[in-house]
Amino acid sequence: MIRDFGIVWSERDLLLSGLANTTILSVLSAAAALLLGFMLTPALMSKRRPLAWAARGFVDGMRCVPFLLFAYIVYYGFPSFGVRLDNWTSGLLALTIYNAAYMAEILRGAWAAQPPEPIEAGIAFGFSSFGLFRRIILPSLLLAAGPVIGNQMIQIIKDSAFLTIIALPELTHAASSIQSRHYVPFAAFITAVFLYWGLCLVVEAGVSWIGRRAEARR
Amino acid sequence: MAGTSKVLDVAGVSKRFGDVEVLSDVSFQVDRGETVCVLGPSGSGKSTLLRCINWLEQPDAGRIYVSGSQVGVNRAGLVMTDRELSEVRTHIGMVFQHFALWPHLTVLQNLMEAPIQVQRRPKGEVRDEALALLAKVGLMEKQNVFPSRLSGGQKQRVGIARALAMNPDLLLFDEPTSALDPELVTEVLAVMRDLAREGRTMVIVTHEMGFAREAATRVLFLDRGRVVETGSPNAFFAHPETERARQFLQRYAGETSAGRRSA
Repeated sequence: MIRDFGIVWSERDLLLSGLANTTILSVLSAAAALLLGFMLTPALMSKRRPLAWAARGFVDGMRCVPFLLFAYIVYYGFPSFGVRLDNWTSGLLALTIYNAAYMAEILRGAWAAQPPEPIEAGIAFGFSSFGLFRRIILPSLLLAAGPVIGNQMIQIIKDSAFLTIIALPELTHAASSIQSRHYVPFAAFITAVFLYWGLCLVVEAGVSWIGRRAEARR
Repeated sequence: MAGTSKVLDVAGVSKRFGDVEVLSDVSFQVDRGETVCVLGPSGSGKSTLLRCINWLEQPDAGRIYVSGSQVGVNRAGLVMTDRELSEVRTHIGMVFQHFALWPHLTVLQNLMEAPIQVQRRPKGEVRDEALALLAKVGLMEKQNVFPSRLSGGQKQRVGIARALAMNPDLLLFDEPTSALDPELVTEVLAVMRDLAREGRTMVIVTHEMGFAREAATRVLFLDRGRVVETGSPNAFFAHPETERARQFLQRYAGETSAGRRSA
């Protein structure tokens, strides 16, 4: 068993590059998903019915599709329509779009739970719709929804493991390569698990930082 | 069109929520420097009237002018765009019953937010004014504190300073002391009394009869969405003309004679 971990250690460059790729994938798609969420949330809350319905349809639809299937559709399905994307682009796109739906829903929930008065004060003080959202609503949403957004980021990190099926060289893919090359499944996979865990700890530290800022304002 | 000394001209405003007529043909004017207290039983339409003035509620009928410009309808006679409404609203300061401070900003940032973001005034100038206003409401030492750390009375004083930071032509107060513990009411009324003395133009919806009697230049008595009486506070409190006003004042009789006048 010790020998197995020795083999994994000898392949550390492969594992570390997998970890780096997982980090890049997760950070980029989490940031993009959050940005898309910022845009989708006002649509979900819109008084214009068709806009709200379209956004609602997208969010509900996305949340009912298994991520693995969605990643298959983007990578293997899109070429049927002449859209051929490499595995990195497909992976990023799938992770981003899929999680944007969750981010939007998280922010919508936080918005619905906001007390109406501060938002109304923003209107009374002359903020127009975009300024109101950017300066008054959004900061409160981020503070209120910080922990749940952090949780979703952890979900994104874990979802990124599915992208091994489109041969994206992320952490799970690296662990899988090591195990098939040397036949050390337990050592390879448990090492990957610990690396994922470390990544999640970093996210949790970020969440607790936001949490402390929110606490000062509560 | 409103005369030039009129800061507020409300003409024939009506508003209904479903089957309920909340305001019915309400008209009144406020001159520069006046403190008008709007009194009346709960549900008489006082808050709705106030919220119509800055278009937080849209009246079904009637016209409202602030400093000569019509609110909600532009010069072409069309419903105002967001941008036009925003411009009009910067001339109207509002103080809310539940303070409505922005929780993610410090006290000082709460004061500076709208002048910088909406009025686009230079930051340094806004900051100096904001600090002076905090000194005026006695909260200089709380400038870097978040609103959640303040007492209700302190929150409302910040609310008033925040409204003043816009340099508005007109200040609206929507039951500014109703959400406060009785012992905190005094400090807020003291600030409002100072503003009345300075000759700020204010419309105040309140249940503080002692304050209205002392600080108002005029009272407006609303009942079931109509202006039933209007006049000087002395005349209104000493000799109400209508039965409705007499009944209303009787309920507050204990309070006006006993409590808050020393405030």
